[in-house]
Amino acid sequence: MSIMLKGRAHKYGSNINTDEIIPARYLNTSEASELARHCMEDLDGDFMRKARKGDFIIAENNFGCGSSREHAPISIKAAGLSGVIAKSFARIFFRNAINIGLPILESPEAVDKISGGDEIEIDLSSGTIRNITKKETYKAQPFPEFMQEIIRKGGLIEYIKK
Amino acid sequence: MGNTITEKILAAHCGRDKVKAGEFVEPKVDVALGNDVTAPLAIKEFARSGAGKVFDRSKVVLVMDHFTPNKDIKSAEQVKFVREFALDQKIINYFEGGNCGVEHALLPEKGIVVPGDLVIGADSHTCTYGALGAFSTGVGSTDLAAAMVTGKVWLKVPAAIKFIYKGKLNKWVGGKDLILHTIGRIGVDGALYQSMEFAGPVIEKLPMSDRFAMANMAIEAGGKNGIVAPDRITLDYVKGRSKKKHIVFASDPDAEYADVIEIDCSKISPQVSLPFLPSNAKAAKALGKIEIDQVVVGSCTNGRIEDLRIAAKIIKGKKVNSRVRFLVIPATPKVYSDALKEGLIEIFMKAGGIVSAPTCGPCLGGHMGILAAGERCVATTNRNFVGRMGHVKSEVYLAGAAVAAASAIKGRVADPSEI
Repeated sequence: MSIMLKGRAHKYGSNINTDEIIPARYLNTSEASELARHCMEDLDGDFMRKARKGDFIIAENNFGCGSSREHAPISIKAAGLSGVIAKSFARIFFRNAINIGLPILESPEAVDKISGGDEIEIDLSSGTIRNITKKETYKAQPFPEFMQEIIRKGGLIEYIKK
Repeated sequence: MGNTITEKILAAHCGRDKVKAGEFVEPKVDVALGNDVTAPLAIKEFARSGAGKVFDRSKVVLVMDHFTPNKDIKSAEQVKFVREFALDQKIINYFEGGNCGVEHALLPEKGIVVPGDLVIGADSHTCTYGALGAFSTGVGSTDLAAAMVTGKVWLKVPAAIKFIYKGKLNKWVGGKDLILHTIGRIGVDGALYQSMEFAGPVIEKLPMSDRFAMANMAIEAGGKNGIVAPDRITLDYVKGRSKKKHIVFASDPDAEYADVIEIDCSKISPQVSLPFLPSNAKAAKALGKIEIDQVVVGSCTNGRIEDLRIAAKIIKGKKVNSRVRFLVIPATPKVYSDALKEGLIEIFMKAGGIVSAPTCGPCLGGHMGILAAGERCVATTNRNFVGRMGHVKSEVYLAGAAVAAASAIKGRVADPSEI
């Protein structure tokens, strides 16, 4: 079964850290809807006004570096975004995204070629990224079989449930 | 081809002879750690899994250190939620209030982590325990929840970079300066997904407090873990703290490394990492006049008694600059009590400093020392990202305790040799 996601691109740089994605002053709650309100706040104060449901964050290297706070991918997912495409991810953010079911894709090619505002469509099962605006197609790194299983089950908790 | 210490610890926890870098494994964990920010989410996920009991109540450790003493009603509710879980599950190592300190200073001090252990923690600085020769790495709340259910974690065996520290350490240079310099050299993703193995003649003589500071910041280079092979210094530290059995692992002489980096310590002077990345490391003496408003000595990186001693040595008999708030946060109750006995607290207070209760507090912009727009702080903490300690237009300068204390006196970023 293919999972298609579609939205516009919001492009950012390297080393976007979890303090920028969800500042610690909001970590006195784990309510997803409240975390969503402050998504990306310290990187781009206008983000939640600009972002529409289904949109993508496009970033350079080491996206999500810093803290282990799962609140970061949760805020992105709860804000209604489709996912994040980056050249590389910080390792804890990577795990957290897989574990909670936030789609993430690693594709240096896509990041280099996508411009802010481009209309993007991804097929999660094949890792294909289609740039509708520029009429181009890029490939993402495929996930190892082990992770695909976690993704298929809908997250780590579902995966470990007997 | 031989194995690294990290591969060996992972193999032992998988019940296998060998594992190799790149392979996915599901080892058993000896300690699964959470705090007041990450445990509430983990507990909710744990409940959703349908498991009634944690896999081993002696191996789950919960430390309420981030926003404590509770800074507001929401934080108090989060802590209460974790406390009730801990009581219900009869968790042995639950820390809150008078027994509580900053987790990564507290666990080694209490002997909860020993050499050869495999530790996961829903806190990125869990990599600190690598200083004891344990495999230790930060994960998320759902990972912690799954480990509380199964006693296991999924991991990719990391490739390793070996850092060999040589030469003579200059005065006032410690573990913090070495790790800031190292991150400056390789960048904030220089060890992404990899193990950072700290070795060489300098490390062999380095006290535990400095080793903790180094392993603590492996994550700031993107590392999965930082690790120092256990030696006499490690075993002396562990002795008397723990009844747990420990195992000493070491890398084989022919272990395979992704890279080997030699660092000449004689060329390193006290370091400062400028905003807004830990990799912006420079010599403190080369920075010119950067005026500051606050200094913080504390955190899981440098809030140990050794750090307080260094700060006290520099500040004794002097006055903190009138423009600076000088905050000292002993990382644990024992550090606080030892500092009191040694007269360090009095030295700080006479100089015009403020000594507060153990907490992560200002390090992550939680409370007890938040910065206004335009304010600058020299901190012995581990991150200087945008808005880390408060307003998005505030700035954090990372350094060791010696630079921090010297800066508090001067009212600007200063090298300790200026005092």
